[in-house]
Amino acid sequence: MEVYLDNNATTKVDPEVFKAMEPFFCHIYGNPNSLHKFGAGTHPKMVEALNYLYEGINAADEDDIIITANATESNNTVLKGIWIDKILNGNKNHIITSEVEHPAITATCRFLESQGVSVTYLSVNEEGTLDAQQVKDYIREDTALVSIMWANNETGKLFPIKEIGEICKEAGVPFHTDATQAIGKVPVDVQATNVTYLSLSAHKFHGPKGVGALYVKKGFELTPLLHGGEQMGGHRAGTVDVASMVGMGVAMKLATSKMALAYEDNHVRKLRDKLENAILEIPDTIVIGGKENRTPNTTLISIRGVEGESMLWDLNQKTIGASTGSACASEDLEANPVMNAFGSDSELAHTGVRFSLSRFNTEEEIDYAIEIIKNAVTRLRNISSSYAYTPKNHVSQL
Amino acid sequence: MAKNDLITGSIWDEYSNQVIRRMDNPVYQGEITEEQAKEMGGKLIVADFGAESCGDAVRLYWCVEEGTDKILDSRFKSFGCGTAIASSDAMAELCIGKSVDEAVKITNIDVEKALRDHPDVPAVPPQKMHCSVMAYDVIKKAAATYKGVDMESFEEEFIVCECARVSLATLQEVIKINDLKTVEEITDYTKAGAFCKSCIKPGGHEEKEMYLVDILENTRKEMDHDRMKTAADASASGESSFDKMTIVQRIKLIDSILDSDIRPMLMMDGGNMEIIDIKENIPHYDIYIRYLGACSGCASGDTGTLYAIESVLKQRVDENIRVLPI
Repeated sequence: MEVYLDNNATTKVDPEVFKAMEPFFCHIYGNPNSLHKFGAGTHPKMVEALNYLYEGINAADEDDIIITANATESNNTVLKGIWIDKILNGNKNHIITSEVEHPAITATCRFLESQGVSVTYLSVNEEGTLDAQQVKDYIREDTALVSIMWANNETGKLFPIKEIGEICKEAGVPFHTDATQAIGKVPVDVQATNVTYLSLSAHKFHGPKGVGALYVKKGFELTPLLHGGEQMGGHRAGTVDVASMVGMGVAMKLATSKMALAYEDNHVRKLRDKLENAILEIPDTIVIGGKENRTPNTTLISIRGVEGESMLWDLNQKTIGASTGSACASEDLEANPVMNAFGSDSELAHTGVRFSLSRFNTEEEIDYAIEIIKNAVTRLRNISSSYAYTPKNHVSQL
Repeated sequence: MAKNDLITGSIWDEYSNQVIRRMDNPVYQGEITEEQAKEMGGKLIVADFGAESCGDAVRLYWCVEEGTDKILDSRFKSFGCGTAIASSDAMAELCIGKSVDEAVKITNIDVEKALRDHPDVPAVPPQKMHCSVMAYDVIKKAAATYKGVDMESFEEEFIVCECARVSLATLQEVIKINDLKTVEEITDYTKAGAFCKSCIKPGGHEEKEMYLVDILENTRKEMDHDRMKTAADASASGESSFDKMTIVQRIKLIDSILDSDIRPMLMMDGGNMEIIDIKENIPHYDIYIRYLGACSGCASGDTGTLYAIESVLKQRVDENIRVLPI
């Protein structure tokens, strides 16, 4: 049996999405900017896709949703656009973000720092999230942007977006949120949360890879990241990948309907909890950041004495896909910043394994995964030099 | 960056079959108890070592026959990734049957080579070399425990790159002999910096006592100093050849010849010249000049006058000199 439990990394394309995309490769293949019917023939489905995107995040018609290549591009567009518009050509010089953002935010912020921009990286609490008051405390006269993720990719922890949005609105500071890990898992409503900019990526909610979007509230337009043609109303140059846009639209529709979100909150949550509780029956295991206030599909578990990469190895031998933020598993030997952010227990950074489910996972798969995980823990703890000799401070959070 | 850097595969794809076999079924994992050591007729040695770079840790057990110092049995426990487990397993196996002094000579490179399927194909991807370094370090720790000495005493030279086991002396020598100018060249010649990369410059995952960037800078400063001293000594003894001179010495020499043999003739016609630059364009030395006064714009500046200047310098200084007016 193959079990894919790494849906925060990417998801499989929903067959219905694939079906919607297919005609746009060999049949309706015109350039959407062409005058002839080959080009114009793409428009109805593009409009439909855009409508699904607007409905999916409850954007107002006067706002923009720009089609991009991915959330990384969307994030870069916001940060670099603010840099050009408010910092280079304005009197601001400060950005607030969190230390647990995706590298698409943190690495871009580091780049902006190298250009003289002042960046505040808010630290997270022991639950892996932050208090909206922290944002308020750090907003300055010259703050150009606040960028805080909606949900964390490692822990699934949800951030207080509504409260942060209110604080930013009151302070007159634009508010960007990277909602990549939230779409299709929890309701996302830009109007209810005072969000100015929002990034998303189709492949995280069963759409195709290589396409994303950037929501821009009316009156907060940015200098484009890509100059060239007049596509996307001049906000993002480059021929639109019609098939991918259509796929993203359908994926959004499928992922954000009331029924889909209810399924996520009930069925997916139940499977995640079953997996999590079974792992927590193993002594010296904890849910990193705790169980509260997170997306229903994600659990990040520390299994004391078992290094993350070796755990993934054993799971992979039995065709189970999961993820780790462990230093050993990374190209640069750096533990994932999210793991390091918890700080108090250095072993957490090396033992965290993330399981992220989707609507395509079945109970049978979860039962199989539980069996394999328990066997792997037994084997690896038997080899472990740290498990047998360290005081067992952990208490399972049952 | 190049084609091979653009799409990186899973690091697991680069593990040898030997690594995979030992990850899945480490033969030498386990403990040796005091009772077991006694039964074997040896002394139990237990050593722990942790790698700062990635948080891995290994515990090594030896049963050592006192008198012969022979390692009768060797086992390990490891908290780490698959390659840490595989490296520890190979390391434990390599120790068995050796004396403690022989075991200390087992390096991380020996451990990695023991994990290869083919002699020329690395067993692990570059960033995983540090796992075998941990195996080497724990051997030193065990040997130090057995002998009652400090583990640093086993290091005969200062190792800069632990992954490739390249010493400071080797690096300095290679930089000097090959006139290396970049860290990339050092890596090409010695493999230092090719693996976990923490020895290249500060800010990597592991803090080092010395970095390649500093060694390169200091060694090149030393080379420049030596070159200038040699040139100055040669000049003082009148044995200086143009190719061994510093740029300043070259300019001075050429200027002095121009003063004595060329400028008087030019000045008689209201002209003059100056040296703008001297560039090595092996095998040639290109002297860039500018005509002044009446010589500037004179038709002979590119023909007769130029030929005369070049001939004098070729004859008096070095036959590879070319004179180029700008």
